[in-house]
Amino acid sequence: MPDSSLLARATANRYRLGLLLTLSVLLSGCAGQLQWYVVSPMTEAGRANLLFMLGGLKYTILLSMTAIIISVIIGLLVALPGLSRNPFARGFNRVYVEIVRAVPLLVLILWVYYGLPIMLGITINVFWAGVVALALSDSAFEAEIFRAGIQSIDRGQLEASDSLGLGYIDRMRYIVLPQALRRVLPPLGNQLVYMLKMSSLVSVIGMEELTRRANEMVTAEYRPLETYTVLILEYLVLILVVSAGVRWLERRLSRRDVR
Amino acid sequence: MSSPVIQIKNLSKYYGGFQALSGVSLEVVSGERMVICGPSGSGKSTLIRCVNQLERHDGGQVIVNGIELGKSRKALREARTHIGMVFQQFNLFPHLSVLENLTLGPMRARKLSRQKAESLARHYLERVRIPEQADKYPAQLSGGQQQRVAIARSLCMEPAIMLFDEPTSALDPEMISEVLDVMIELADTGMTMMVVTHEMGFARKVADTMVFMDKGLIVEKSDPAKFFSSPESERGRLFLQQILQH
Ligand SMILES: Nc1ncnc2c1ncn2[C@@H]1O[C@H](COP(=O)(O)OP(=O)(O)O)[C@@H](O)[C@H]1O
Ligand SMILES: [Mg+2]
Repeated sequence: MPDSSLLARATANRYRLGLLLTLSVLLSGCAGQLQWYVVSPMTEAGRANLLFMLGGLKYTILLSMTAIIISVIIGLLVALPGLSRNPFARGFNRVYVEIVRAVPLLVLILWVYYGLPIMLGITINVFWAGVVALALSDSAFEAEIFRAGIQSIDRGQLEASDSLGLGYIDRMRYIVLPQALRRVLPPLGNQLVYMLKMSSLVSVIGMEELTRRANEMVTAEYRPLETYTVLILEYLVLILVVSAGVRWLERRLSRRDVR
Repeated sequence: MSSPVIQIKNLSKYYGGFQALSGVSLEVVSGERMVICGPSGSGKSTLIRCVNQLERHDGGQVIVNGIELGKSRKALREARTHIGMVFQQFNLFPHLSVLENLTLGPMRARKLSRQKAESLARHYLERVRIPEQADKYPAQLSGGQQQRVAIARSLCMEPAIMLFDEPTSALDPEMISEVLDVMIELADTGMTMMVVTHEMGFARKVADTMVFMDKGLIVEKSDPAKFFSSPESERGRLFLQQILQH
């Protein structure tokens, strides 16, 4: 799990390179046994299968985006007491982060989907169960990212805003958060990529996202190698596009105020 | 002269076990220009930062405009809108344009309309002689320009008191005078000023009162003519010797 953003970024890049190499070996080394017609865009059946698999993309994206937005909000709300002078507020931050970080995501998904409705006497559909589990699990990391980002703001900035007579909320809203947000954008981007990948786990409760669709394809056609290779490519393209988007946003935000 | 706007009574301040201020008492009256000097680490910054409570004192009292600070948070915020502060490191907001740097305080803390705040900002940019830089970002300005923006930012609050903590110490030598000129003009308008600086030329020109500090204490407080010609204390004499040598 990415704790330090720089490290995570470097390993993510290396990981992508490794993936490409592995794929090329896979595709060239055992050509004789491959049955690409299953997912070939040249044939009617192949196209239908591809479209079926791609149909999961919508949910993977929707799930991840909804979850990241919620987890960023929770993360920020948990980070703020972590920066307080009040020891109880700081204690709340630590307890939340430590507990949430300790629960495996898959376990959290199962608990939210099967356990939470019993506890609260409600019904919850797979989409929202997935969103809640992903968002909760990620929020602990977001909280740590925000805490570090806010702490990295120069003390002089706080003193200047204090000396202008700004209150806590104005200081956060106009001085601290806009600057902190720029700094945490790279690690937030990492979390988004991480979220896109982790959303595959929501397939276990039946969410029809990319991985679930691939599993169903495998059950129907019994061509796991071809199907899962396509699945990998789907994630690869999705994540490369998202990463490029995050980097574009970073550049746009940092262009104005080079220190 | 009139009644004191700043009263500091028997002020003490500790950083952990280290005592940075050891019972400092001082009064600043309206319109007074006080220059504080002394060797590095003598507590000048600590003293001036206690006036707007960027540092909380551990003993004694700070009274500004008759209100004792450190009791109520709301009163402190209110008091801070009347006390301008200029820092050694400028501390401009790097993500905001010059104009936004200047209008933020008036709009959020003084609740002025954007229109009023902007005309105020343009007025004070004129005063510090950089009206053409309103739409730039701090990083696009020179150090001297940045410090003048910082002065204008404080002035936009229309404060009764201006505090300066070594405003020219972070500047390249050729930019020092452009900032001092602005401060001299400000002094001419009758602003109450407390200035920590080693610029003795400036002190001679504008100071009504010289304060010499050492080891957390005020060693000497006198008018500049006397301080520069015949300092009372041996430590003051040594300090002047060192600082006027170059
Ligand atoms: N935040 C702090 N923590 C610990 N010691 C400090 C802190 N700020 C200042 N000091 C110490 O207090 C003394 C006075 O500091 P300061 O008021 O900054 O002196 P000056 O501005 O005269 O150079 C110095 O010895 C300094 O090391
Ligand atoms: Mg100092």
